[in-house]
Parts: sequence; C-alpha cells; structure tokens
Amino acid sequence: MKEFAPLPDSTSIVSVTDRVKPVALGMAVTSAHFLGPRAAFVGGEENVAFVDAKGEITRVAVHSGGILSTASDGKRLVMGGDDGKVVSLDAEGEVMLLATDPKRRWIDAVALHADGAFAWSAGKTATVKSGKAEEKSIEVPSTVGGLAFAPKGLRLAIAHYNGVTLWFPNMAGSAEFLPWAGSHHGVTFSPDNKFLVTAMHEPALHGWRLADSRHMRMTGYPGRVRSMSWSVGGKGLATSGADTVIIWPFGSKDGPMGKEPAMLAPLQARVSVVACHPKNDILAAGYSDGTVLMVRLEDGAEILVRRNGTPPVAALAWNAKGTLLAFADENGDGGLLEL
Amino acid sequence: MSEATSQKIPVTVLTGYLGAGKTTLLNRILSENHGKKYAVIVNEFGEIGIDNDLIIGADEEVFEMNNGCICCTVRGDLVRIMDGLMKRKGKFDAIIVETTGLADPAPVAQTFFVDEDVQKNARLDAVVTVADAKWLSDRLKDAPEAKNQIAFADVIVLNKTDLVNKGELAEVEARIRGINPYAKLHRTERCSVALADVLDRGAFDLDRILDIEPDFLEADDHDHDHHHHDGHDHHHHHDHGHGLKHYHDEDMQSLSLKTDKPLDPNVFMPWLQNLVQVEGGKILRSKGILAFHDDDDRYVFQGVHMMLEGNHQRKWKEGEPRESRLVFIGRELPEEAIRKGFESCIVS
Repeated sequence: MKEFAPLPDSTSIVSVTDRVKPVALGMAVTSAHFLGPRAAFVGGEENVAFVDAKGEITRVAVHSGGILSTASDGKRLVMGGDDGKVVSLDAEGEVMLLATDPKRRWIDAVALHADGAFAWSAGKTATVKSGKAEEKSIEVPSTVGGLAFAPKGLRLAIAHYNGVTLWFPNMAGSAEFLPWAGSHHGVTFSPDNKFLVTAMHEPALHGWRLADSRHMRMTGYPGRVRSMSWSVGGKGLATSGADTVIIWPFGSKDGPMGKEPAMLAPLQARVSVVACHPKNDILAAGYSDGTVLMVRLEDGAEILVRRNGTPPVAALAWNAKGTLLAFADENGDGGLLEL
Repeated sequence: MSEATSQKIPVTVLTGYLGAGKTTLLNRILSENHGKKYAVIVNEFGEIGIDNDLIIGADEEVFEMNNGCICCTVRGDLVRIMDGLMKRKGKFDAIIVETTGLADPAPVAQTFFVDEDVQKNARLDAVVTVADAKWLSDRLKDAPEAKNQIAFADVIVLNKTDLVNKGELAEVEARIRGINPYAKLHRTERCSVALADVLDRGAFDLDRILDIEPDFLEADDHDHDHHHHDGHDHHHHHDHGHGLKHYHDEDMQSLSLKTDKPLDPNVFMPWLQNLVQVEGGKILRSKGILAFHDDDDRYVFQGVHMMLEGNHQRKWKEGEPRESRLVFIGRELPEEAIRKGFESCIVS
C-alpha cells in the first residue's frame, strides 16, 4: 500500500482524514460489515443501514427491538434480536426470517459458517441449522456467552461459564468440554484451526491449543476485551481493551505461550474495536475517544483516519479486497475511506 | 448528585421471601400512572405483563469472579442482560430487578460494583425487600435467605399488616430492627406504598448517604434520644416504645461505631481494607462518614461484602460536629475486634 509511507522524521502523524467520506447514520451503531460493494452498519435496534460508495444511505428494518448479536460472511448478515428472532440480510437488502425462539427469548449469540450453516443461542441452548438438515440443539450448563464455527468441518464452539463446549452437530455422542474457571463471552478459532480463544468477563483472554487442550492465559488488560480480529494468515490476534492495540502472536505451534504481545498505537484512550486488513499486515483501530487509526503491524506506523473528540468508535470493517474501510461511533457518526 | 451519576439508569433490586408480595409491588409500580417506562428483569414470565415496559426473563446465574475471593459473586445473566438493554438506551427510564424468593441480594448488588461496563451505564438505587408481616418472624428462624434479604435492605416493605394484630406487628418489627435498624420501614397492606418510598432512593449514592437518612446511624444507640424525620410510624413507635422488646438476632447483627475524635487515614484505610478482606464474607453491608485528621472534607464510604467504594464528599459545614460514624450489618460480626480496631485508628 503506497499510502503507508509516514515520513521518517515527521513529528506529526500522517493524516488521511480529508479523504474520508463522512456518513451520518442517525442511529446508534454496534457493528459494521461489508455485503458486496456496500457497507452495512448494524444499529443498536431495529435497523441496518447500507451505505454505498457515494455515501448514500438505505435503511432496512430487520428486528422489532434490540439487535443483540451479528455475524457476517461477506455475503449476508445473520442477526439475533431481543424479539426472539434470527434473521438474515443479504447484499440486495432482502431480509429473511431464519428462526424464532418459541418462548421469545433473547437471541444472545449467532455464528455463521462459510458453507452457509448458521447457529444461534437463547439462554443455555445453542442451535445449528445446516442446509436442508433439521435443526439440532445442545444445552450447555449455563447461558451461552458466544458462538463460533471452526474453519473446517461443521464444529461449533459454545462459550459459557467455566469453559467452552466444542460440538459436532452431525456426530452423535457427547460434546468435548474445555474447562477454565470464569465467565467466557466472545469466542474465536484461529484461521488454521489450531487454537481457540475466548474473551472473558474479567479483563483477559483465555486460549486452548486444540491438539492437546493446553491452556494459554493472556492477561494484563485494564478493561474487558470486546473486539478480536485475526491478522491476515492468522499470525496474530489483535484485540481491544487496552490503551494500545494488543496483538498476540499465533504464528508458531505454541501460540503466544511464553511470548510478549505486540503493543501498537498507544493513545490516551482505550481501544474499543479492531479490524485487521484482509490482505495486508495492517489493521484499523477505533478508540474510546473517537479516534480511528490505521496501523502497520510490522513497525507500528500510524495513519490518522479520524480525529478524537466523539463517543467511542463502535464499528470498523474492511471490504473483502481491502480497498474500503467503514467506521462509525456509538452515535452513528462515521465514514468511508477508499484506499 | 453529580451529573455523571444522575445520567446513569437507576436500578432497583426487588427482593423478598416467597409469597411476601414482590409481584404485587411490581405490578403496582408498573401500573401506576407515573409516565415512566421500566425495564423489568424477572425470573418468571406471565405473572406480570404491562404494555410499554420491557419485560426480560432471566435465569439467576451466580458466577464467582476469578479473583480468588469467594464472596465476590455476580449475576452473570445480569451482565449479559445489561449489555443487551444498553442497545435500547432511551427506551426506558429505570430498571427493576426482581429476584427469586430464595435469592441472596449480594450477587445482584455486586454486579453493579464489579462490572465496568454495567457501572458505566447504570447505578444501583436501592435494595427493596418485601416482607410478610404474618410469616416473617417464622422465616427468620428457619430461612437464612429471608434474614439475608432483611439485613441487606435499604427499604423494607412490611406487607400484609392487615393479617396480624398490633402485638404481632410490634414483634415482627422488633425482629426486623434487631437485624437491620437502618432500613426505611413501611407498613403496608397489598403493598400499597408510595412509589417515591421505594424508587429513586439513592441508597448507594455516596453523596446521599445519610442525607436521606439523617438518623440512620443513631437508631441503634438505644438511648431513646431520637430525632426521627422519616414519618409518623417511627414517632408512634418510639413514643410508646419504652416497653418495646429489643431483639438481638443471634447470628445477624448490626454494629455502629462513633467517635468525635479525628481518625488517622493512614491507619484507618488499611484497617478497613483488611477488615473487609478478612471478614467480608460475614459483613453484608457497611457504610460510614469519616472525619480525618487535618482534613476539611467529609469522607464517605459504603460496601457490600469485600467491595468498598469511598470518596471525599464535601467540606464539613461550619458548626457541624466532626464525628466519624460507621455501620456494619452482618453475620456473627467480631464486635470486640472491630471496636478495638476502630479505636486504634483514632489520632491520639
């Protein structure tokens, strides 16, 4: 990326703020994704707002209440709401009802598999729907904190209190349980399928090497980790929760065991969301003071995308080619940057 | 109240033993014409259902915090629900958490102390306990949960007073006071209590500690030199109260400490920290106003089990006696040790 050329002795940071196309969504935003050429900003409740390259906004109603969980594979979004519904939204803006909880319980977590299977949870029950096959459900010991599909095979990780349940929905027999004391929320597989990492209720991550269930403790955060993103090729896991972007090394067979994480882009504000570039060793980071930076993983060089002075950044997304960056703060003021 | 505090959504914890009348009170709160919208977190759907309010079903999931302290428990489901509710900010004015009849209020309260994100958006307003005038005395004997709920309360709604005679009512009140002399007590039939008496109490607001209850630390002095400002009930109570039995519950007590000599903060703070670390399992609630040596500001603190929060509150007013007062409510409190420890904090 030729844009990434900070002057070696410059005292001020390189800025591309003047190249951002501002977007005023007029609603609280919780995440952003790209569906085809358009950015899709997920609202705190009811709506998703598509924004095209010209900055034109099209709102689509998806839930009749709060939108609690979202997953995307680049082709569609799957969302769970406090209306007890699981819905999908595709790039054309078509909404489909995928499932309804019979008791109208909150849909706390959703996950989407590359082959089209999807999963959701309500209370202690996680359910998977794969193609034309029947829905399959599993009950875990406590409320589900997060869901993630493994990159290979139909395998679902279900995070809950005191550990993670690993489940093959198409295989009879008991699910595998990875114990670790505490409450586990977000969960993610490394792209090479070798590691599983959870974001805990306490300010820490926990990881397991799947081959031998070896534990990996990743601690030292001042705040809870709410955003995790794998760098291209899965060599590092970038995380929010501190006043720098914390990137744990997963390039070797031992993962981050006994290694220090990289700490990039320190500011006087907490990192609230991270998104790694899909092709290059670059990431975007949003902060609690509204700042958005692009950061080169190799040397931590920074480019300013958005200045501080607003509510926390809540949403960041790259398109699949890595040529567009979308972002928004909690109040829905955001922008699109074309590289 | 600071601006930051007032912008946070108030949370009322509604507790009480089985059948005491929690649901009646909840329905009363929701159906009254107050123009406010509530998000209500309940354990069972169906019993209530009021338009305009958000009703959320919860499973009481008590999680231990991973910090090696066994009494640091939180309600895991509440953390999750608060997270979801914050996506609908602006759609409701206050939150009510109804616990099951057998629940310990501590994990609910502690959720609002421990969790950073919950704390950012919401503030605990008060623990309101509904008690059954007819059966509470029995439950205090056989149900530790009922005792916990009374000990923990900021407000006690003593319900079903129409089902007991005067003597029985005096008996149950004396038992309540033997455990928790500091809570506001309201006698009701069918939970008919003014909403202002149960909502927006600011019981956990450091700035309002003692401002709303100027007598709360003196009520246990047994000197009958009371100056109550909190309603007719108490006046009546004490006017005729000379023959009143003072129950001292054998395992749950309150302990109040007072001195007009200044405290040494360098001794007091470590003492208090250590006390709640060691005895935090027994101490349910603690509160205090402190006068430190060479300090023109009042210091206030409050705690739930091992968790403490405190701050300089304001300047001592002119003519205001610079006294330090502390209250602990708990189980099998080591009274002598606490008294001695407190005395050692006085600047000699």
